[in-house]
Amino acid sequence: METVLENMKKQKVNKLSANLGRRRMFSGFMITLTVISMILALTPLFSILGYVIVKGFSALNLAFFTELPAPPGEAGGGMANGIIGTFTLISLASAIGIPVGLMAGIFLSEYGRNRFGKLVSFLTDIMLGIPSIVIGIVVYALVVLAMGGFSAYAGGIALAFIMIPAVTRTTEEMLKLVPNHIREAGLALGIPKWRVIMLIILPTALRGIITGIMLAIARVSGETAPLLFTAFGNMYWSQSLNEPIASMPVLVFNYAISPYAEWQAQAWAGALTLILIVVVLNVSARLITRKR
Amino acid sequence: MIEARNLNLWYGDFHAIKNINMTIEKNKVTAFIGPSGCGKSTFLRAINRMHEVIEGARVEGEILLEGENIYGPDRDPVTVRQQVGMVFQKPNPFPTMSIYDNVAAGLRINGFKDKKKLDEIVERCLTQAGLWNEVKDRLHKNAMGLSGGQQQRLCIARTLAVEPEVVLMDEPTSALDPISTQRVEELLFELKKKYTIIIVTHNMQQAARVSDYTAFFLLGEMIEFDQTETIFTNPQDKRTEDYITGRFG
Repeated sequence: METVLENMKKQKVNKLSANLGRRRMFSGFMITLTVISMILALTPLFSILGYVIVKGFSALNLAFFTELPAPPGEAGGGMANGIIGTFTLISLASAIGIPVGLMAGIFLSEYGRNRFGKLVSFLTDIMLGIPSIVIGIVVYALVVLAMGGFSAYAGGIALAFIMIPAVTRTTEEMLKLVPNHIREAGLALGIPKWRVIMLIILPTALRGIITGIMLAIARVSGETAPLLFTAFGNMYWSQSLNEPIASMPVLVFNYAISPYAEWQAQAWAGALTLILIVVVLNVSARLITRKR
Repeated sequence: MIEARNLNLWYGDFHAIKNINMTIEKNKVTAFIGPSGCGKSTFLRAINRMHEVIEGARVEGEILLEGENIYGPDRDPVTVRQQVGMVFQKPNPFPTMSIYDNVAAGLRINGFKDKKKLDEIVERCLTQAGLWNEVKDRLHKNAMGLSGGQQQRLCIARTLAVEPEVVLMDEPTSALDPISTQRVEELLFELKKKYTIIIVTHNMQQAARVSDYTAFFLLGEMIEFDQTETIFTNPQDKRTEDYITGRFG
């Protein structure tokens, strides 16, 4: 018995070592392929970052962050209203999008294992794929026309429409990652289901959910298309949320297509600022949720 | 005292528990044995309505706890589970909580605020679960840093904290090493002074060691229920004898 087994083993070893050279070469080839692919994937990222930093840094100065846009053709001025506007719009969108998305995600993961849940889940997927300009048009028709003009509210609602499916999806996925035996442990202690969800399941998934929310915020903070006909943009300080409001992406867009060299340089600086805002949001989210 | 009357349970169309009638004595350890899929865990879950977590499960019949039907029309499963606690096969402490918070969770989440009283309860329950000496210096460290056996005793302490009358244990030692298993078994002798304990086990030696009464289940039916000694030395049913002598299962 043993000798049979040993023979089989030996034959296998012989066969493997006969191919060893060929197998090593193939392995090396495949590893080279993956390294090349990685470089190809990272090239766009680094060229974007590098180019924006090089082009944008020279136009950055204190005035850029504190002053209103200068009249066309004049030097100086800044995008202070755009920075404030972008933060205003993000806050509005978050105030609507995060609670709705969170609760929808909780519903899908904890209560939605039925036909209605599947329908909601399917619609969420569709909503994730809707081009943002379409959302802009819809909000224009539903909100801008109804309210009688462009406004920060309309912009915030448009961005919220983009955030909701993203937040819903990540919340659902993260909650589903929490093992069922944790839910059972809570229920078996005689804790009502909603308290198990709020005080045990949600905290367990919190890190992932916050990361997802941050990604959603990062995504909408760069959206331009839906803001063009909702928040519209302006060149001065907004006095109320009921009037048009400037935002970084729209300012960058308007400046970049303008014929003035100063504006074009400032468009680069605006792009760099936008990237910085997203990076700061992401890093601070990681710091907040870092394992205690 | 727990009394099951004509208890039937279905998962969808599958008849998992068939017409069980039995009386489980207070302050004793009762073991449920039987091959996999025989319904012993399902029946255990029915005693604190945890089967309701599983979709499509439904029960007919009654389970009386101190004379009161836990399936009565005005009974809330939440209050049933406060009376009938459960320890699971896999240790499942709450991963984001400290050792202290795990034990306090059941009381705290339901609104218990008295900090001093809570300290006392946590110490008492951890002592009852035989864990106090091992964790008293790191009560506020995360519970996931404990070994598997310690985690399971923590889960027992957590269950005791809500002061149940009955503790259900679903194969509580099957994920533990022999020494941790022995510690949990020793614990049962202490716990039965205060609580009624029902334990599901695949390990017949364990059932013989720890229980006062043993019920043998097969294909959703309760075949035989008697004092543990009788079941293991003089079973009345041929199938029980075949099972405990290892002829199948």
